[in-house]
Amino acid sequence: MEWLETFWATYSTLVLSVGTNVLLALSIYLTLACGLLTVANAAFMGIGAYAAALLSLHGSLPFYLSLTLGALLPAMVAAMLGPPTLRLSGVYLAMATLAFGEIVRITLLNTENLTGGALGLNGIPQYTRWFDVFAIVVGALYVLVRFAGSRIGRTMIAIRQDEVATELMGHNVRAYKLYAFTLGAGLAGLAGGLNAHFTFFISPNEYGFDRGVEILAMGVLGGTGSPWGAVIGGILITLLPELLRSLGDYRPLLNGVILILIILYSPNGIWDLKRLIRSRHPVPVS
Amino acid sequence: MLILSSITKAFGGLQVLQNINLAIPEQRIFGLIGPNGAGKTTLFNITTGLLAPTSGNIEFFGHSLTGLAPHQIVRLGIARTFQNIRIFKDMSVIENVMVAMVRQARYSALRVLVPPALLGAQCVERSEARSLLARVGLAAKAGILAGSLSYGEQRRLEIARALATRPKFLLLDEPTAGMNGTEKHQLMEDILKMAESGLSLLIIEHDMRFIMGICQEIAVLNFGQLIAQGTPEAIRANPEVVEAYLGNESDGVIMFAK
Amino acid sequence: MLAQQLVNAISLGGVYALFALGFTLIFGVLNVVNLAHGAIFMLGAYSALQAVLLFKLPLTVAILAAMIVTAAAGWLLDYFIFAPLRARQAPHLAPMIATIGLAISLTSTIQGMFGAENLRFPVHGLAAETLQVGGVQITALELQIIFLAFLLMTVLLWWLMHTRMGCALRAVAESRKAAAILGINVEGLFRLTSMIAASLGGVAGVLIALYTNAVFPQMGQPMLHKGIAVVILGGMGDIRGALLGGFFLGCAEVFSVAYIGSTMRDAVAFGLLFTILLLRPEGLFGKAAQRRA
Repeated sequence: MEWLETFWATYSTLVLSVGTNVLLALSIYLTLACGLLTVANAAFMGIGAYAAALLSLHGSLPFYLSLTLGALLPAMVAAMLGPPTLRLSGVYLAMATLAFGEIVRITLLNTENLTGGALGLNGIPQYTRWFDVFAIVVGALYVLVRFAGSRIGRTMIAIRQDEVATELMGHNVRAYKLYAFTLGAGLAGLAGGLNAHFTFFISPNEYGFDRGVEILAMGVLGGTGSPWGAVIGGILITLLPELLRSLGDYRPLLNGVILILIILYSPNGIWDLKRLIRSRHPVPVS
Repeated sequence: MLILSSITKAFGGLQVLQNINLAIPEQRIFGLIGPNGAGKTTLFNITTGLLAPTSGNIEFFGHSLTGLAPHQIVRLGIARTFQNIRIFKDMSVIENVMVAMVRQARYSALRVLVPPALLGAQCVERSEARSLLARVGLAAKAGILAGSLSYGEQRRLEIARALATRPKFLLLDEPTAGMNGTEKHQLMEDILKMAESGLSLLIIEHDMRFIMGICQEIAVLNFGQLIAQGTPEAIRANPEVVEAYLGNESDGVIMFAK
Repeated sequence: MLAQQLVNAISLGGVYALFALGFTLIFGVLNVVNLAHGAIFMLGAYSALQAVLLFKLPLTVAILAAMIVTAAAGWLLDYFIFAPLRARQAPHLAPMIATIGLAISLTSTIQGMFGAENLRFPVHGLAAETLQVGGVQITALELQIIFLAFLLMTVLLWWLMHTRMGCALRAVAESRKAAAILGINVEGLFRLTSMIAASLGGVAGVLIALYTNAVFPQMGQPMLHKGIAVVILGGMGDIRGALLGGFFLGCAEVFSVAYIGSTMRDAVAFGLLFTILLLRPEGLFGKAAQRRA
């Protein structure tokens, strides 16, 4: 077992990062699967992180409680934000969520008394253990895989392709989009809380545009075909920069290039690469 | 019973529909004809809740449809197809039909989480979907990608999908567009069979032979106004209708020939 | 005092309008939301800076150089990203995501090459004299900015309204297929639009860099957000909207800084954006933004 201990000593941060990134990827998979392009998940992650951290620090709440509440807050925000913004179509929705993300970041920066402002929050108790992350990831994955294989998943695919036609089949499209958005926000908040309790320091800039793009990259890389794609997307985006050690500052560059390449050559995510290699058929973009 | 009372629709200054009064009884094949731009599809859009009327009211079996969202109207029993086919091209034929099966096997999201329960319900959905496909003659193509069907087959898929919502009223928007003679004939038979099983239909069409052949009653729309309503024979003989289509001094009665 | 603020507002607004013009052109003609516009803006600033620092070129030439470099970037953007996606009839989200990727890549590369710190234009390159016009103090710089911004806008508008090519461009913006049937070289015009839009963004970059005396890799981002706010306010794809919206935002920012305080300055744009999206997403002049049958 000594091997396991040394492995953990060196790579614990990485493994936990993979875990939380998979959660984030799942959160955006959910919204992308409904055809919603939202870049607000980083902001939701931030809200969840700060909420959970503050509850642990100042409220001295037990970990699981602050984690749960930390996930509930972004979900509630999403539930309020959803109805007016989700009726916007593609482009406008993306921009509204972009604006929202920035508003959150600026608010975090400007509320020093509560959040520590630009200096961030320090000394967050390190409660997160590997099995916390593992259990939550497995739980979320189970739920999403079950959804994907059911009529819910089918309806989401239909919504993605043609909202009006789906509505005319008797589905409450607005409700579906709101649930996806809210659940995604909750997952992101959960990831934020978990993350905060092992990095023990958080600051507003961690939840800004760069993070939002990274989450998007994971979702796009994984594709909207299945939650497993999100898992792969999350793992790859976390591990690739580690494998290419010399990257350092250039990490966003990698994310950017991945986004471009995937969109150009394999728009449905990494699943399509397998299909491309096997069949050499043109990719239908759904 | 579908009753449209004083339906008016204006887009800014443009009057698209003016004071439309229509009462469509149950178990009837009702036709809606008129030149292009007369407002027929707009009427469909209003009936299915995609557009709100500027004024007027629609009643369906006693329920007022005013202010209802489209999906609620569908659940009350009105289904429609589209002029430009809107099937889900990247899903299989049978999945297209299965998406529409909202009224069957109503179970909540939570039950989905339990595999065995899910398995049972899905089998029911799948077999019903299959029988619907058989009704429109697409059973053999159930597993194929919907986008690879021929135009006529896609139209039939749209109808199967609409039927999957178990409607009492089916609105068809130019169902024969792009079909050849044989396919049209087949569609006429299918529609008659649907009517026999208790379904009411409201059909927008331009093919006069088709519409005169199956409708019991026809309404004619021109420039947003109802200019005539009656049996096919009455409509055919109505000079205003002829004028609407062909203008004055017409010699081309070809459209109305048997 | 009011007049003074107004001058600031006009010069700032003029640059915002230029930037927004490029952004809205691409949306109006190519029907694409180019989220790399901010990165190109940043590229313009760096190009001009390097032209002045490395090649010791005078400022006017440097601005020209920036326009050329960014126009080339616009060409590449269309050739490598927009055109293939057009050919494939990819959904709207695809070019958006691709341009996000490009923006991030470009920013990261520039940061790697030049570092993340704030760079400055050499002081002697700026005209620092002030003039007194009717009780208001304008720096020569502000004057030049206003002049250049208005010049470019006028030239562009004139070109769009009064030349055959400009007319063809408007046709393409209205209906790509109809324009193609009429024999217009649609692909060529797309590429040209991308180039023009990019160079507008590049000029805006230089002007802002001069105005704030700061050049840094992340400068494109807040600008992009402001550009989005302007274009949404004025209506996506509408040129008048971009111009009016740019000046409006300039005024809003300057006056909020003067009367509220500078910390929430950036939040003004976002707050505005958000409010508009909730109340009237199509802005002043745009087409419907919400889903219909």
